[in-house]
Amino acid sequence: MMLSSLIFIPLLLGIVAFLAKSSAKVMALLGSLTTLVISGYLSAQTAHTPIAFSMPWIPQLGTQFSLLADGMSAMLCLLTAIVMTAVVLANWDNEIERPTSFWGLMLLSQAGITGVFLASDVLLFYFFWELAIIPVYFLCSRWGGERRIAVTFKFFVYTFLGSLMMLAAIIYLAMLNPGADAYSWANITRAGASLSPENQTWLFWLFFGAFAIKMPLFPFHTWQPDTYEQAATPVTIILSALMVKMGLYAVIRWLFPALPDGVAFWSNTVIILSIIGIVYGSFLALSQTDLKRLVAYSSLAHMGLMCAAAFAKTQPGMHGLMVQMFNHGINITGMWLIVQMIENRWGSRDMTKLGGMATGAPHMAIALVILAYANIALPLTNGFVGEFMMFHGIFQSATPYHITFMVIAGLGVILGAAYTLKMVQKTAFGSLAPMVVAKDMSLGESAALAFIIALVIFLGVYPKPLLDLTGSVAQLMFP
Amino acid sequence: MKAIIAATLIGVLMMFISISVKNKSSIVSAAAILLAVLLGINIWEVVTASQNASGAQTFFNGMLSFDGFSLWFNMLMTGCSLLFVLLLGKEIAKIGNHVGEYFALISFILVGVFLLSGYNNLLILFIGIEILSIPQYILAGSDKRNLKSSEAALKYFLMGSFSTGILLMGIALLYGATGTFDTIGLRMLQTDSLNSMALAGIIFLIVALGFKVSAAPMHMWTPDVYDGSPTPFMAYMSTIGKVAAFVAFLRLFHASFGSLSNHWMLILAIVTAATLLVGNLTAVFQQSVKRMLAYSSIAQAGFMLFAVLSVNAIAWQGIIIYAVAYTVASVGIFAVLVKLKDYTYDGFNGLAQKEPALAFFATICLLSLAGIPLTGGFMAKYFVLMAAVQQGQVMWLVIFALLMAAISAYYYFRVIIAMYFKQGTPELNSEVSKYDKLLLGITCALVILIGTVPQFFLHN
Repeated sequence: MMLSSLIFIPLLLGIVAFLAKSSAKVMALLGSLTTLVISGYLSAQTAHTPIAFSMPWIPQLGTQFSLLADGMSAMLCLLTAIVMTAVVLANWDNEIERPTSFWGLMLLSQAGITGVFLASDVLLFYFFWELAIIPVYFLCSRWGGERRIAVTFKFFVYTFLGSLMMLAAIIYLAMLNPGADAYSWANITRAGASLSPENQTWLFWLFFGAFAIKMPLFPFHTWQPDTYEQAATPVTIILSALMVKMGLYAVIRWLFPALPDGVAFWSNTVIILSIIGIVYGSFLALSQTDLKRLVAYSSLAHMGLMCAAAFAKTQPGMHGLMVQMFNHGINITGMWLIVQMIENRWGSRDMTKLGGMATGAPHMAIALVILAYANIALPLTNGFVGEFMMFHGIFQSATPYHITFMVIAGLGVILGAAYTLKMVQKTAFGSLAPMVVAKDMSLGESAALAFIIALVIFLGVYPKPLLDLTGSVAQLMFP
Repeated sequence: MKAIIAATLIGVLMMFISISVKNKSSIVSAAAILLAVLLGINIWEVVTASQNASGAQTFFNGMLSFDGFSLWFNMLMTGCSLLFVLLLGKEIAKIGNHVGEYFALISFILVGVFLLSGYNNLLILFIGIEILSIPQYILAGSDKRNLKSSEAALKYFLMGSFSTGILLMGIALLYGATGTFDTIGLRMLQTDSLNSMALAGIIFLIVALGFKVSAAPMHMWTPDVYDGSPTPFMAYMSTIGKVAAFVAFLRLFHASFGSLSNHWMLILAIVTAATLLVGNLTAVFQQSVKRMLAYSSIAQAGFMLFAVLSVNAIAWQGIIIYAVAYTVASVGIFAVLVKLKDYTYDGFNGLAQKEPALAFFATICLLSLAGIPLTGGFMAKYFVLMAAVQQGQVMWLVIFALLMAAISAYYYFRVIIAMYFKQGTPELNSEVSKYDKLLLGITCALVILIGTVPQFFLHN
């Protein structure tokens, strides 16, 4: 019941927000705060014993409406609620065109994303996977930059194609299970794991194609910088903090157990692609002048590291990855919020035209510096814990090239420091560029950033709650 | 059987009504009421059939047999026809002066549908196909003052006659090979007894039935005929007219030639691939939404061919769910289309600002046609593809079909983009009334219901 309420509260509030024609913002705040409380409670409950919920759905197919929350799912639900809360708070005083549709769609996408993290029936998982993308499609196309329609369309067709390939694989696996419960996680993973290695190697790409596009992994990433740049910043946050996690989550939850031989066969390929992504993303981030593109490419690099850690297939790597999924979501939300505030105040995202935030808006500058440190993964910020564990995992991995992989991936950290500090330098310091709206943070924005920064520091100093929450899941996968 | 008699009588009655009643809107209401009565009869038949467990009821010495499946299909098709008349009745009344006759023809088409869902004999198949087709030829040309409409009717009639000829030839060849018209008797054709005469008969039947369902390369008539026909009748022909032919196709190839599937599987698989390719790729390049929908109906036929291709029980459920989901969503999008003056994509520009409800309902229907989860179109595609995967031999075709589905998102979403993200002032033919909104709302609710709880629409 608690699990379904996490999905249905935002869904219903979203519909109400559409119909109510006013006070959609209040609905959004209500939705995000309620889900925040519920998922916080859920995380406290599921650290050791998973919670499940199930009821029959389509008997002719043998699907169940079954949800399952273990530590990883609960953590990601919590992340979703935190990010939504921060987004609503930060935009409390901003004028958004057509607020009813905007917040209605935001709530609907929250429902879809939460559903992906909770579904333990593969058809239900697919439903939510697509349900999340449709509101985001409308959000990206309706609000944002000038080229948004074409860019979003490319993004949509890309992800839709990926999902359809995944659908073929889902049907294939489900047809191997005659009987009542053909789509459950247990049956799907058993059917997949019992396939011959040859079959697993091609099925792997049907699944992983969809996840790689969503993450995005290096050659599948071409939609990402444009979409992040053109979408309105609140939507970019949804995309980069939450939707990319859908890809990683699906890899861990579905792909690894369902196709172990396929994963083993392609691990090195995927790690090489991820590492190319790290270096490529970092170098491109270094040469950007547009803030949004800079953060977009830095996100590409971070996702590369996370994907490499996943395919290293070691317990510390997996554990670190789960911790980092949470922390990356928090940090990147903070970064985007700052970018949005800069754009609102200076009327530009071009770094060559910015500067002097430390004199023009000192509180904002402090927040930026803290978040930048977290982005570089400096010790005592939350970014450090996960990144350290992921490197540890890559180093321990069974592949003969593990040292090479780690060294090249480590390059990403150095480059990350370079472009993040360059961004801080260009925006916060120097002479004050003319501001369109000359004021520091508003109350809502301060609340959102204070929330984020509190988490950054708390989890950097004391990461134990997060480690405890996800530890048992990592241990189950790689004992 | 009761439904066949009732539908015939309703057709005749409608013709008398068209003589005696002059008011067009009362003719439309009469048609809706009569179709509702017909739906009631269908439901009654389904209920009585489910109560007595004796199996199928047969008529005319076994030439017609109605089992639970065919009665269920008939009920759903009558329901869809009722929805069609309610949504588009006002527009039908605007086409010409002989409104009552159009509705009479529609109920004759339903007679054809009922025959095709229950035939057990190739002669009934032939009669059913003819009863289904001839009213469609007339409806295609019903806008008499419009040259394109007359062209459509003539083209449809000539091409249709050819395909009827081929159908007869195929039936004759099969009779020559087996000495029977009976679909159960045809099962005596086994791989070892299959001679070239029987094989040629089967191929002729694929061609003739493929023509009726507009499968490539027998699809050439479709775009011109659909584009030229009055829009409401295009909606009817491309949905109910087509899915009935599919059920006939499925019935014959599963019940009679199921054990021979090795011999026709490859031909049909190539036809399916060609249909998907032609329908989707050509639809991308259309500038008129009506013509795009004509090509997309070819593309949708490609998916329905998967049900014919896969000889298993899921295929039967698949065709039912596809028939309903596709018909409901298409009728919904046509009901929006007829409101607009300009059928090009630009004609849809800015519809969301002017008529938000209309744009929203159109979006739901388009999402369903594109096969997005939570809508009926997804479940429909899911069932037929699942049938094909279970069949096992055509995994390549399944992946190809999914690639094509991604392309189809392109042209369906172009309409959504025009409605929501482009500026413009679309010109409407008539005001969108509360009644229209209510009916479109019901249509969209049906689309969502099919997509979330398909079990209520399946025959168990």
